[in-house]
Amino acid sequence: MRAAVLRFPGSNCDQDCHLALDFLGADVHYVWHKEESLDGFDLIVVPGGFSYGDYLRCGAIARFSPVMRAVVRAANEGRLVLGICNGFQILCEARLLPGALVRNRSLHFLCQDVHLRVETAATPFTRACTPGQVLKIPIAHGEGCYFADDATLDEIEANDQVLVRYCAPDGSLTDGANPNGSRRSIAGVCNRERNVFGLMPHPERACEPVLGGTDGRFLLRSLLESLPNPGIHAA
Amino acid sequence: MRAIVTVMPKQSVLDPQGVAVRDAMHHLGLENTGLVRVGKIMEIDLGASGPEIEGKLHEACRDLLSNPVIEDYRLELEP
Repeated sequence: MRAAVLRFPGSNCDQDCHLALDFLGADVHYVWHKEESLDGFDLIVVPGGFSYGDYLRCGAIARFSPVMRAVVRAANEGRLVLGICNGFQILCEARLLPGALVRNRSLHFLCQDVHLRVETAATPFTRACTPGQVLKIPIAHGEGCYFADDATLDEIEANDQVLVRYCAPDGSLTDGANPNGSRRSIAGVCNRERNVFGLMPHPERACEPVLGGTDGRFLLRSLLESLPNPGIHAA
Repeated sequence: MRAIVTVMPKQSVLDPQGVAVRDAMHHLGLENTGLVRVGKIMEIDLGASGPEIEGKLHEACRDLLSNPVIEDYRLELEP
């Protein structure tokens, strides 16, 4: 299983993604944003960071990098694409995912653990989870408030495209458990075809006990189990 | 030709910056200040003119300079 981790000027979670996927048994390669081909990769990860300094809007300029044309092609071919944090913002800007991410309700940059409720296991990104399962995974963002208009929200909910929501430790959806004001507590959505997924929390930062938790492995292992020859390490 | 592009958050989008500015206006003694929205203005020297440029400019406004999911734009052209 070959995974690409994209690198834009300002990406800063690329090494974390590489390390986590490598540990789980993937054959991981960095791909610079000027590359025009992603042939041969089964999984493409758009990592977190501050691509192009977040100028104009988060992800707005990265969206026009040469590699993004290859990402759109790969997505249209049904290959798996995962966007984490700034990667989620880039995928929304590229219109591969519905909605957009705007400034946190509090105006503060938030760096903390959050609880996420897995809404469905019927995707390649959540198949190692059970619906309703609560994961503890960190966030680190200033613009993570998910916004889409009512019609879009109704549509993505009807299509079961909301994969994770911010919740209390017991799994209940409360305003207090919604760290950034995201509409309907949405933390991550997939496309209609279910092969492109973006989320604001960082599963790659929750794969080692020494880092405070391993719940991120549920999401990354889901991915690797969805692909040929996963070679998953016992973990 | 020069373009002035004004980008504003849509009315339906939460604008916490606008709320913070409104609160500061109240502290300054402007207690009657109502809604405040914070957007941005871009001044763009186009170096050329013509209807083709104008069409491309609208495309750039929709694809790059604003995100239609959360923002509206207004384009003004100066000779």
